[in-house]
Amino acid sequence: MLVLVCYDVSTETRAGRRRLRRVAKVCESTGQRVQKSVFECQLDVAQFEALERELLAEIDAQQDCLRLYRIPGTRGFEVLEHGAFKAVDFDGPLVL
Amino acid sequence: MQLLNTLYVTTADTYLRLDNDTLRVEVEQETRLRVPLHHLSAVVCFGHTGLSAPLMHRLAEGGIALVLLDDNGRFKARLEGAVTGNVLLRQAQFGRVADPAFTLDMARACVAGKIKNTRQVLQRGAREAKSEDEAQVLTRLADDLAASLRALTEATSLDVLRGIEGEAARQYFIGLNLLVRPESRAVFQMDGRTRRPPRDRFNAMLSFLYSMWMNDCRSALEAAGLDPQVGFLHALRPGRAALALDLMEEFRPWADRLALTLINRGQLTADDFVLREGGGVLLEPDARKAVVVAYQERKRDEINHPLLAQSVPLGLVPLVQARLMARALRDDGAPYVPFVAK
Repeated sequence: MLVLVCYDVSTETRAGRRRLRRVAKVCESTGQRVQKSVFECQLDVAQFEALERELLAEIDAQQDCLRLYRIPGTRGFEVLEHGAFKAVDFDGPLVL
Repeated sequence: MQLLNTLYVTTADTYLRLDNDTLRVEVEQETRLRVPLHHLSAVVCFGHTGLSAPLMHRLAEGGIALVLLDDNGRFKARLEGAVTGNVLLRQAQFGRVADPAFTLDMARACVAGKIKNTRQVLQRGAREAKSEDEAQVLTRLADDLAASLRALTEATSLDVLRGIEGEAARQYFIGLNLLVRPESRAVFQMDGRTRRPPRDRFNAMLSFLYSMWMNDCRSALEAAGLDPQVGFLHALRPGRAALALDLMEEFRPWADRLALTLINRGQLTADDFVLREGGGVLLEPDARKAVVVAYQERKRDEINHPLLAQSVPLGLVPLVQARLMARALRDDGAPYVPFVAK
């Protein structure tokens, strides 16, 4: 399934900026950045739970907010892409 | 079972590194692609590709195959992690090689799979042939292959079996020329199979596609816990992945068919090849990339697997077949059934 990860991490303090970096790192290791704090991850259920656990370990529930959207496959019509950014399809041919 | 992706790096002077559990591909210090490792089952590098030691460690640890090929797609090296799989299965495999009756049956199954699939290629060609004469020639060649199939059942030794296979292949390659559309025939004419080096464009493309399939078959066997070097139809020889070659036989016609598609759709033309001194013919880098993309796309095609009675992506079929091989090696009375598309 496709998982959309969005977050707002409070960067008022140094600790906040550190959390932001670490949350981004976790997301980068599982999916791709499609907007500044939005990631798309193609995961199975086990990987999704691992991701959620890792993210919860990084954020501060008092100050930050994290949203995970689980989008089941609907024959490739999950995402409509417009504008300058083109995401990589990790299921398509990866040839460089 | 899930069809994980393979990353092919064909661009010269790329560098691959591990970055935060993703694989990062750099060209001249600029990031071109980032792939989270959980999407990959293999990384295949052509020619001059650099990669970092941490990445190699991580690939080995994750059981992701790293394959190094030269510019023409010929196998150079493969990085493997610790030996895994079932030692009892491998022991059974070694025992089976010593059993002449089993070896003959297994070899027969592999050749039969190949000939059946090649026959389908010719039959389909005959149905679609533009001229009556060509349809007749193709039908006759397909009938000859049917005769080879019958002869297989009576073959009593490996040598006889290999003889039948060679003769069938010769006939088939004559027919393959007729499946090239008439306008392209002058450029893509093949006079039998040549390799090391391939001596015409068609052969160059086949060699390249066969090495792609070969890598996938080898990985599939390793994933099933088998030793890819211990085969039946192909004689054991140091450094030769005999079982992978056995498994691959039934997939060769798929490679041939893809080569024909690329030619007949005009995706590859005469300019996509370099003629080397001494008569060797090689694919140009851009054409190589086009072939890899086409191969990757073909692997996603859903194929009906007759034995499983379900639809599977073609790219997963080697894995299914490797498991069927494992079953045949382990259990008495479970013959190996090669993959023949309906």
